[in-house]
Amino acid sequence: MSKPHGPKRSADAFGLTLSLPMSRREAMRIGLFSTAGLLAAHGHLFAAEPPVAETAAKTPGKIKARSVIQIFLWGGMSHNDTWDPKPDAGYDYNGPLKKFLPTNVDGITLSEWFPNLAKQADKYSLIRSMTHRNNGHETAAYLMQTAHMPGERLAYPSIGAVFALFKSPEYKGLIPPYVVLTQPQGRFSEEGFLGPRLKPFATGSDPNAQRFEVEGVVARGITDDRQKKRRDLLEKMNTMGRTMADSPQVSASEEARKQAYDLILGEGRQVFDLSKEKSELRDRYGRHTFGQDCLAARRMVEAGVPYIVINYPGGWDTHKDHFQTMNRQCPQLDQGLAMLLLDLHERGLLESTLVWCCGEFGRGPKIDWQPPWNGGRNHYGNVFSVLVAGGGFKGGQIVGSSSAKAEEVKDRPVYPVDLLGSIYQLAGIDFTAKLPHPMGLEARVLPAASEGVKANGLLTEIM
Amino acid sequence: MLNELVMPWTGKRVCWRASLACGLSFLTFAFAAAGGAAEAPETERSAYESAAVIEPQGQIDNLVLVKLKPLGIQPVLCSDAVFVRRVYLDTVGTLPTAKEARDFIQDPDTKNKRRKLIDRLLERSEFADYWAMKWGDILRIKAEFPVNLWPNAAQAYHHWVRASIAANKPYDQFARELLTSSGSNFRVGPVNFYRAIQNRTPEGIATAVALTLMGARAESWPKSELTGMAAFFSQIGYKPTREWKEENVFWEPLKAPGADTNSPAAGSSMLPIKCAPEVAAFPGGKEIKLPDDRDPREVFAAWLITGENPWFTRNIANRVWAWLLGRGIIHEPDDIRNDNPPSNPELLACLQKELVAGRYDLKRLYRLILNSNTYQFSSVPPASLSEAETNFGCYGLRRLEAEVLIDAINKVTGASDLYTSAIPEPFTYIPPNMPATALADGSITSPFLALFGRSARATGMESERINKMLPAQWLHLLNSSHIQRKLEQGPRLKALFESGRKPPEIIEELYLTTLSRFPTADEAKALEEYGRPGRAGRVKAREDWVDITWALVNSTEFLYRH
Repeated sequence: MSKPHGPKRSADAFGLTLSLPMSRREAMRIGLFSTAGLLAAHGHLFAAEPPVAETAAKTPGKIKARSVIQIFLWGGMSHNDTWDPKPDAGYDYNGPLKKFLPTNVDGITLSEWFPNLAKQADKYSLIRSMTHRNNGHETAAYLMQTAHMPGERLAYPSIGAVFALFKSPEYKGLIPPYVVLTQPQGRFSEEGFLGPRLKPFATGSDPNAQRFEVEGVVARGITDDRQKKRRDLLEKMNTMGRTMADSPQVSASEEARKQAYDLILGEGRQVFDLSKEKSELRDRYGRHTFGQDCLAARRMVEAGVPYIVINYPGGWDTHKDHFQTMNRQCPQLDQGLAMLLLDLHERGLLESTLVWCCGEFGRGPKIDWQPPWNGGRNHYGNVFSVLVAGGGFKGGQIVGSSSAKAEEVKDRPVYPVDLLGSIYQLAGIDFTAKLPHPMGLEARVLPAASEGVKANGLLTEIM
Repeated sequence: MLNELVMPWTGKRVCWRASLACGLSFLTFAFAAAGGAAEAPETERSAYESAAVIEPQGQIDNLVLVKLKPLGIQPVLCSDAVFVRRVYLDTVGTLPTAKEARDFIQDPDTKNKRRKLIDRLLERSEFADYWAMKWGDILRIKAEFPVNLWPNAAQAYHHWVRASIAANKPYDQFARELLTSSGSNFRVGPVNFYRAIQNRTPEGIATAVALTLMGARAESWPKSELTGMAAFFSQIGYKPTREWKEENVFWEPLKAPGADTNSPAAGSSMLPIKCAPEVAAFPGGKEIKLPDDRDPREVFAAWLITGENPWFTRNIANRVWAWLLGRGIIHEPDDIRNDNPPSNPELLACLQKELVAGRYDLKRLYRLILNSNTYQFSSVPPASLSEAETNFGCYGLRRLEAEVLIDAINKVTGASDLYTSAIPEPFTYIPPNMPATALADGSITSPFLALFGRSARATGMESERINKMLPAQWLHLLNSSHIQRKLEQGPRLKALFESGRKPPEIIEELYLTTLSRFPTADEAKALEEYGRPGRAGRVKAREDWVDITWALVNSTEFLYRH
């Protein structure tokens, strides 16, 4: 099949002007990240004033993360019960949880629900001092994925949409640059002010089903022959489309439809075909939706997709039935995530693939035994944990720590700007760059120091 | 060939000429497929255009035609079939049924039938639903994110807007209530206007007021002008009650501006003023000492809301025009400034005069515009498209809004969508079969509506709603299980396919249901032949009927208002 290519890169790829001049003085004004080390690392950015995408293309050696997989534990996963266990905290903090596992890295301990991750600790690092002190789902989710304070006058795009914006000009893949397995988040619109073109492509369906029927790409019961017959019929019946062929709107729409057909009838859909994987490998990922999400994500990495989100099926908002839910979900998370890291590693892809995994916040360290919670945990943004791996992040490290019962940050607070800034840096995206705002308002990838957002520096200790 | 010039997923056409060529080659291909004659476009146009001679219906048409004549643009009226579909979509946001379309097209009273239909539609309850949806974008009716308005308050706000439209409340009264109300967010709908503003500093509020009621972007004003106007909004208080998520909005005379903003970032840009400013200034510079015994919002409203204030009437006149014609006389309609002049100042002045004369009766303005020849021009573009668009020589082609589109698909198929909200306290109950256009709250979860560019209701900008076709939207329409299921199982379609009627009758019914017109002879013939070879004229397989409906629903004619 003939596949469309985009060798001619245009800074105006979205019909939005992507001019990102940045003077040295302006860079100093932003200040937040202009430590001496960073300026040295980023020296090229300030030499001239090119668009960031161009800068990135000129210095391919600097890009460590070619693809990012974000596993979002929607609802907020407890940190005490998972990646920041406190064995001595007592029953009110640990509840029925009694076993804690050593890992293959000295000094890193996980809860009993993560035996597979315990064998892979050299491949990832844990941030145990993540903090933003925000306890609302939608605002914390926004904060963790934009690093901007909710309630500002602009609704910023999520990190995935920013990747789609900056990576699209060079991305030549057959499927969209920003994909969500399987459902979008709902309470927060990922594209922000960038508009629907930067929306993630949501696969829908279930990769653990007999056939992963990606919504819009794979239609049940419609053969390729019927697809083609239908397309011919549509072209024949599209009377007004012909009458109006001169209209820029109509021709743009026809072009968009052509692109859709490239996916429906082209090779891109093979990316989603998990039956091409060995059955034994599928078993090792786990025959559940999350496990197969991870496998599908790996296939997308191989296809060069810049940003993939796995929204954890089910969610972690465990006000009630907390330990039952954890007991059910943690082993699946453990199996899928550990296998993903191992598989990426064995294929030599982990170095160029950044994986990060966390919720919008953690959960209350102290268990709420009162009705109606009866042993639940509530929202908790004061401190929680994040797993990062690959794409330039070192493995086997612990960043920061929390207090004795994981109630507050003990040392090295990590704020959303620090985490997202590090991810952007590893992917070669200039986080001081301007974003194209439809009203021409000033908006940058990450907030400037003058905006009063807390920051504590990039995660240089693990980069 | 052309493929090289198109980027796969960013999808921007690199050069216009290339896409034109693409369009032309597609055209050739399509004709070859249809076995059509070279002059097909001429005959096809006749489905959309009327042979009737243009007789100006009043001042609007005179002022538009005066502009078009020197440009050599000779507009053509749309056909009855196009009109019935257009006027339904533009007034009540829904398609006519097959019966409504057929009755109108066959009504012999050519002199009066369009006028009568307009009168009927303006009184339908869907008129209030649809226009409350439009106002919901401008007024940011949304329970959560980026502002926590909360579900009860979003409902109260929407209820007030919808009831105002249903009662045809004069627009000046509507605007005054919006600006000056006080009370509970659960009980007094319009107080949520202030609560829905992201940046609740006096400057932030003034910016929102300017955008909403003056069609102006105060960010670009001189700072002093914005500060002067902000003083009118420096005495607004917000106070929680004992009911969870309830909040009272009220006049708080001693409030210092900037002292209690909900956004630390926004506050940082302001000087630490210790007491409320005593002097405010209206846009344009006229200063006024704020009285102690009167809510300054009322002082501002008294200045803004008069027939003599050009900002006030110009904004709404231009917006209504833009909503109906697809383009403002001042374009964008919420970007009014001196260096963005109206394309036809006399026309805008005429609409303003009519509004004042009609005491801000908006339905009267709708009626006036809808009855004009200008509104009823064909959408098939004349040679110079951009000039015709700017000067209203043709009706502006627009993709159906997300809500209107899914409602139309549901109406055609007889299926429905279930809308839910993830936001608790209290969960919003949405009855099954509620059309998307009637949804109150922009937070209601719907992947379809999000994908098809419904407004995020974050800024109140008209441009927040995006009606462009993107590849991901095509994937959904062409090939998703969501749409496929409606086509295969929708009870209305099912009943039609199983009705035992002859294929030509079913085809006619399908055309009237989806495109609100009769099929042309060529179309009817092509469809009768579609399906398994050698079976023309006999009962088709169900699969073939599904394919035919699929093609109609995916046609430009269905997806766009035209």
